[in-house]
Amino acid sequence: MTEAPLIEVRGLRSQFGSHVVHDDLDFEVRQGEILGIVGGSGTGKSVLVNTILGLKQPDAGEVYFRGQAMSGLSGKDRLALEKRWGVLFQSGALFSALTVQENVMAPMREHMRMSARLMKELADLKIGLVGLSGEAGSKFPAELSGGMKKRAGLARALALDPDILFLDEPTAGLDPIGASAFDKLIKELSDTLDLTVVMITHDLDSLHAICDRVAVIADKRVIANAPLSELTQNEHPWIQEYFGGPRGRAVLRQAAED
Amino acid sequence: MTTAIAQERQPAELTTRQDGARVIVQPKGDWVMEAVGRFDRRLRRIESETDPKDLVVDLSGLGRIDTAGAYLLGRTLSRCNEPASDSHFIGEHQTARRMMGEMRERLADCPEEEVKPRGVISTLARIGEGVEDGLKETVESFAFFGRTFTTGLSVLMVPTRMRWTSTIHLMETAGVDALPIISVLSFFIGAVVAFMGASLLETFGASVFTVDLVGIAVLREFGVLITAILLAGRSDSSFTAAIGSMKMQQEIDAMKVMGLDPYEVLVLPRVIACVVMAPLLTLSAMVAGVFGGMLVSWWTLDISPNFFLTRLNDTIDLKHFLVGMSKAPVFGLVIAIVGCRHGLQVGGDVESLGRRVTTSVVQAIFAVIVIDALFAMMYLELDI
Repeated sequence: MTEAPLIEVRGLRSQFGSHVVHDDLDFEVRQGEILGIVGGSGTGKSVLVNTILGLKQPDAGEVYFRGQAMSGLSGKDRLALEKRWGVLFQSGALFSALTVQENVMAPMREHMRMSARLMKELADLKIGLVGLSGEAGSKFPAELSGGMKKRAGLARALALDPDILFLDEPTAGLDPIGASAFDKLIKELSDTLDLTVVMITHDLDSLHAICDRVAVIADKRVIANAPLSELTQNEHPWIQEYFGGPRGRAVLRQAAED
Repeated sequence: MTTAIAQERQPAELTTRQDGARVIVQPKGDWVMEAVGRFDRRLRRIESETDPKDLVVDLSGLGRIDTAGAYLLGRTLSRCNEPASDSHFIGEHQTARRMMGEMRERLADCPEEEVKPRGVISTLARIGEGVEDGLKETVESFAFFGRTFTTGLSVLMVPTRMRWTSTIHLMETAGVDALPIISVLSFFIGAVVAFMGASLLETFGASVFTVDLVGIAVLREFGVLITAILLAGRSDSSFTAAIGSMKMQQEIDAMKVMGLDPYEVLVLPRVIACVVMAPLLTLSAMVAGVFGGMLVSWWTLDISPNFFLTRLNDTIDLKHFLVGMSKAPVFGLVIAIVGCRHGLQVGGDVESLGRRVTTSVVQAIFAVIVIDALFAMMYLELDI
């Protein structure tokens, strides 16, 4: 692929006190792909995404967006950029004082110029897109189940029709039917909207079903960033264990049959 | 475009033209969310004014389309019998028709929110609700007190069940850590009382009675009140917040299924810590208050500390000190009970935590003042 990557992370170092999470980490996301990030617990998957999103300042290194250093962006460019990405946090991170519909409308209200009626209709649309019923829209987050919260969070992430979607464990806590529907939805959205998706996931089914490439974080860096089929050839012990375990083998067997 | 951050976009346009009976709607450029909001009203009008079967969408000039654009175009055709049929479209677009169909299918109609009625009746209803809530709160507070009391008794039977570590720790955070602020505040209150007394009593030539004033005011009322109000602001709120966030994280549920009684583990140590520490804090508040009054008397009235203390000793009965001290454990108990009760009532959301902390502090201070008034009446009747 000759195209320049959409997001590039170079020489990233993240540390909390004396605990180094990332050291000289390189990472890239290409336009239009669905990229899965995997890694053991505590390897800093969320920290990496938070750094890209600007929620955490890197201790060294730089994040580039379409070739531009993020630390050098002006406030205006930064805002334009933030409008172009949607984020689904691990637990949904819905505003608890607002109903689901209002949650979805919140980013529209801030950034879009349109009538309240259209905003409501579009919010209803996003709520329907993620597979929630209309009644769920008028509920408060505290009244929703875990899976519904996740869907509502995705609806809010999609509110502005982003170019890039960051998903932190989107299918964790969903039943298998819901999870595969969620995968399908993400794939569909990615195809129709030319969406780039970066997802942290442990769901081997999602990795196999929708991810174009998989980035593996281990030893404080991204040790591999390749399609799943290439990844299984990798000699690294963690990768071997991850994909060679009973769950990994089942998915790969399935993949071979398809 | 100023930078490469946002992708190049073709400006969105909308034209309509008449072709015989057919009304052809032609979107042009990129129909993405930030651009299409302004077409909303026009498309609504076209939809309502045109016979649905004559509506045609010309897709030939359309660039990128996202869900918002697809929704708007799809909505325009929504009254047609077969909105997806070929007769409603001219031109080809890679994704538009599929997306429009999908958007129509996926729309979830959220029911409109109920608007609360206003007027005399609803105002009366709200007042009624408020009164009912107030009564319920009182009953629940007493019930909570009863529950804590029985837990306390049962722990007394088996003293090994007492959580000493956490009780001592709470004594430190709720009591010892509050010592400086309570002493300083009480010092200033004592000083202010002395100032007021000095300027008022001097006009009668009775400035020596400032000593009596400071003594009685600080020992009977201010020492214990300052302590109670600060405990309510400091410890009561932290009890509610701490227990409340444990409730939100399901820690309380985890305790229950492990066979731990939250009243025994969480409430009782806090109650004991407050009941024990409140009198001690009150004592230090009294000392600081009297000291403040003494300094002011020395400074403005030339009453030497020596004389101040002698007069205090001669004229102020021990009973004033005992009256003040007798209230302290009661206040401590009430504050701990109110704080813990509201903490355990926090629901699953962040909102309720904030609301409960506020209610808890307000109720604690309210209860302290009301109980203080009751004490005053009681001691008046008893002539103490």
